[in-house]
Amino acid sequence: MLHIKCPHCGLRSQNEFAYGGDGTVKRPELNKKVSDKEWDTFVYLRKSPRGKHTELWHHVSGCRQWIKVERDTVTHEIFKTAKVNEDI
Amino acid sequence: MSENFRLDKIGLINRNKKISFKFNGKKYFGYEGDTLASALIANGVHLIGRSFKYHRPRGFFGAGVDEPYAIVQLYRNNETEPNVRATEQELFEGLEAKSVNCWPSVNFDIGAINNFLNKFFPAGFYYKTFMWPKSFWYKVYEPFIRKAAGFGVASTKHDNERYEHKYEYCDLLITGSGPSGLASAYAAAKNGARVILAEDKPRFGGSLLTSEVNIGNQSGKDWADNIIAELKGMPNVIVKNRAQVFGYYDHNMLVMSERISDHLPKSKKYKPKQRLWYIRAKEVIISSGSIERPIVFGNNDTPGVVLASAAKEYLKVYGVLVGKKPLIFTNNDSAYETAIEFKKNGVGSIVLDTRSNPDSEIINEAINMGIKIKFSHVIVAAKGYKKVKSAEIAKISEDKKDLDKLETIDCDCICVSGFWTPTIHLASQSGNKTKFNEEIDAFIPGQSKQNETTVGSANGIFSLEQTLKTSFEAGHEISKKITNKNNKVLVPQVSEKKFTQHDKFWCVPLPKEKNYKRFLDFQNDVAVTDVELAIREGYRSIEHVKRYTTLGMATDQGKTSNLNGLQLVSSIENKIVPSVGHTTFRPPFTPVSIGAIVGREIGKHSKPTRKSPMHSWHEKNNAVFVDAGIWLRPRYYKQDNESLFEASKREAENVRKNVGVCDVTTLGKIDIKGPDAAEFLNRVYTNAWLKLPVGKARYGVMLREDGMVMDDGTTTRISENHYHMTTTTAQAANVLSHLEYYLQIVWPELKVNVVSTTEQWAGAAIAGPKSRNLLQKLFPDIDVSNTGLPFMGYIESSLSGVQARIFRISFSGELAYEVNVESDNGEFMWKKIIEVGKEFSIQPYGTEALSTLRIEMGHVAGSELDGRTIPYDNGLDGLISKKKDFIGKRSLDRKAFTAKDRQRVVGVVPIDKKTSIPEGSHLVIDANAKLPNPKLGHVSASCWSVENNNPFSLAILKDGKNMIGKKLFALSPLKNKSIPVEIVSSHYVDPKGERVRS
Repeated sequence: MLHIKCPHCGLRSQNEFAYGGDGTVKRPELNKKVSDKEWDTFVYLRKSPRGKHTELWHHVSGCRQWIKVERDTVTHEIFKTAKVNEDI
Repeated sequence: MSENFRLDKIGLINRNKKISFKFNGKKYFGYEGDTLASALIANGVHLIGRSFKYHRPRGFFGAGVDEPYAIVQLYRNNETEPNVRATEQELFEGLEAKSVNCWPSVNFDIGAINNFLNKFFPAGFYYKTFMWPKSFWYKVYEPFIRKAAGFGVASTKHDNERYEHKYEYCDLLITGSGPSGLASAYAAAKNGARVILAEDKPRFGGSLLTSEVNIGNQSGKDWADNIIAELKGMPNVIVKNRAQVFGYYDHNMLVMSERISDHLPKSKKYKPKQRLWYIRAKEVIISSGSIERPIVFGNNDTPGVVLASAAKEYLKVYGVLVGKKPLIFTNNDSAYETAIEFKKNGVGSIVLDTRSNPDSEIINEAINMGIKIKFSHVIVAAKGYKKVKSAEIAKISEDKKDLDKLETIDCDCICVSGFWTPTIHLASQSGNKTKFNEEIDAFIPGQSKQNETTVGSANGIFSLEQTLKTSFEAGHEISKKITNKNNKVLVPQVSEKKFTQHDKFWCVPLPKEKNYKRFLDFQNDVAVTDVELAIREGYRSIEHVKRYTTLGMATDQGKTSNLNGLQLVSSIENKIVPSVGHTTFRPPFTPVSIGAIVGREIGKHSKPTRKSPMHSWHEKNNAVFVDAGIWLRPRYYKQDNESLFEASKREAENVRKNVGVCDVTTLGKIDIKGPDAAEFLNRVYTNAWLKLPVGKARYGVMLREDGMVMDDGTTTRISENHYHMTTTTAQAANVLSHLEYYLQIVWPELKVNVVSTTEQWAGAAIAGPKSRNLLQKLFPDIDVSNTGLPFMGYIESSLSGVQARIFRISFSGELAYEVNVESDNGEFMWKKIIEVGKEFSIQPYGTEALSTLRIEMGHVAGSELDGRTIPYDNGLDGLISKKKDFIGKRSLDRKAFTAKDRQRVVGVVPIDKKTSIPEGSHLVIDANAKLPNPKLGHVSASCWSVENNNPFSLAILKDGKNMIGKKLFALSPLKNKSIPVEIVSSHYVDPKGERVRS
């Protein structure tokens, strides 16, 4: 079970969090013309990297904040966590 | 029966407390402090079970967790437990155990015929044999194999024992209380660290319980007792025996199972049987010791062949002799301790040492005591079937290839020692990159990945002096990192006998023209020839050899067999062992009972049960409840002997005719506040929200980015910057996370706050033509006319002094209102509605009637909004704003979503107007078409239309828009039904929606 440092609450067990997928995905702006391909990439295409991965986690059973987590997908090492408005 | 093999003056058992127990129906006696194994051996019982494949007789091999043979079915307090190791099971009064894997009895086992057919059971036998014919697998082969295989029998009864879970944090977890564990625990505890010391056996001390050493000026055992006593008295230390740390997981999370009551006739009141500890440790010291490994020779699985260390443990801890005429077969010095202990207790033994001329303190002592030693000698094969009777021994050449001077000598047990294998399981599980140590012929931990350190013999250190020195140091240094303290304890003086180098000999060659079975894995009957065959057949990776031969795959996970297996593969392949590598060590280290893993999460505790504030009223009024997510909701209110169908029909009819009330507390409720709330709703929902006035509600549909409908519900503008959103019961949590995601990540510039208020409000839906009259009586102060409170209107008032929110919304299609009060007032509101409603013939209705009403109205709900449908499919395309962007809008342009023959919700009526259509039925053109019959759609929800008095269903149907009036078949292979149906509009009642606006 991972130990995740919530930037708002401190170190907490994984079972307080929900995984939120790739943290680098940016939603196309509203009302902007978006090509089929661009939209498809945003909705469906995700990299599944071996190694470092910037992810979103949601502290659902805690402060209910979404946070950024930089984690190694092989070793599960967590290098850094940050608030969503911070760079990681 | 008397205990012929028990000695009088030695052992740690409590001779004042005699204990009776039964094995295979026969009564025996032992003492408090015995294991089932030691008590049986004391009684001269060595035949415990039969082996897995060949049904060969099985006795005891070890004295602890590594035991591959002595697996029994245990009976305790009217429960039964399979696959219990007799070497670990402590004796209690009334214990009953039985042999497994034998029929009709352990003495006469019909399956033993496999032993004589063993030529037909080579490695991979099952893979090769049961391949064809394919249809035989389910009917013949699998049931047969299932019956023949496996050890104990799992109970089919409910387990009445209690199991608990516990979470714990510590600075330092130490696994094992041998000399290395005690030393590091003591040093760390004295330096202020919060320490947990776990010992899997009942007694602390590990090897100190059986070795002849002095620490300071006391015996090893006294030193251990004193250290434990002192640790137990320290407030920063938790000391646990009967506690096995079996798994090392990510981020230094370790799991330990503590056997609290397994050694008692029955669990004490309020005490669990076992407790599972989840321990998050800053640092871990692994002091799990080492396990003696066997030397491989002919018939080395015969009962009476035991590990030399086990023989010593039975003697010193339990005062039990494994035999009175022992042969000791060794390649190293440690087995001499066993010979010396036998001698001290009046039993002469013969030592066969594979080495030609070893010289050490302990060997000289053995010689001086008059113990007979034969150097350069090996055991070729054990003789005897159900118990060792003699052994064929031989002189072995210097190059260990040739046998000479074969002779048979009498013996009643063979104590074997092939040196020691460090227990590296936990280190390896943690991700440690283990390395092969040439000097000890075994793997030891290498580079750590997590905060873990291995000490003592688990780290390949076999001298006590070295062990204590390095363990004290490790305990001190690791605690210093955490506590920043520097309180050092003195390392005591040690006196121990010095050992000389062991012989890297592990397998006795076969003499000419002899074909003895030489076993590597004792539990799974994997012999040298099986591994040789696997390699001949092309298996190279050790992982593949393991799976093909089942080497190391039994319940003991190869604790005594893995390394010899590796030796064999490497010698055949002419590779060195480290390049063959070891198979992956996975948790658990020892089997863990399912009960302990599940803990208290059984029955009602497996998930929380949420009840509305009106629950007790429902209970008193004969509600039959149904699970709605984690909520309990009334399904219907039973009157007399009504069936579900009759009751829900009565309730729904009363809504259509008079007025009904339904508990809708479970609906998700989210409070939305902030100056940008309207803009936010406008982006979340598909329809327009900017112009919704205060005091009005609106129905909204929200999508996921992929265009599928996520949820629907009404949202009401309470005041300028304050909205009240409702979600479906099932999606409440997801919708909140969804909103938070967009507010925190995508549009952080929006000034909006969301919070769940589901549990803050109790809700009652009042529906039916007489609902307005009822509402007026409930709230005499407000104007509830069609102009005062129009459809989708909102007003606040007081219900006999209780603040209430009144929404004019409808799920049933009737004139309807929803009243919300603070949860604490829920029951008051409900009773008031029932009481005042009497004159309007009010009846409560449950979820079944609720469904009936919405289905015949054509209102889509969870069964249509199943995450696979877009707004068009649900007939909700009218709610899609063309003027603004919203979540998921771009996806709706996708080709498939705009196809002309896109699926759409329709109504389905059976042509006979009688036959109910099972939910999930497929709609097809031809009921008798060849399979697979092309499916046009599926029936999503079915009811008995109370308005039209015939069955009615909703379906999602391809090109549904143009299918109205068509005749199809509804097929349900599950219910074996084929029903001719007609497709109609999904709005079966009041298609223009006049009633809700009346």
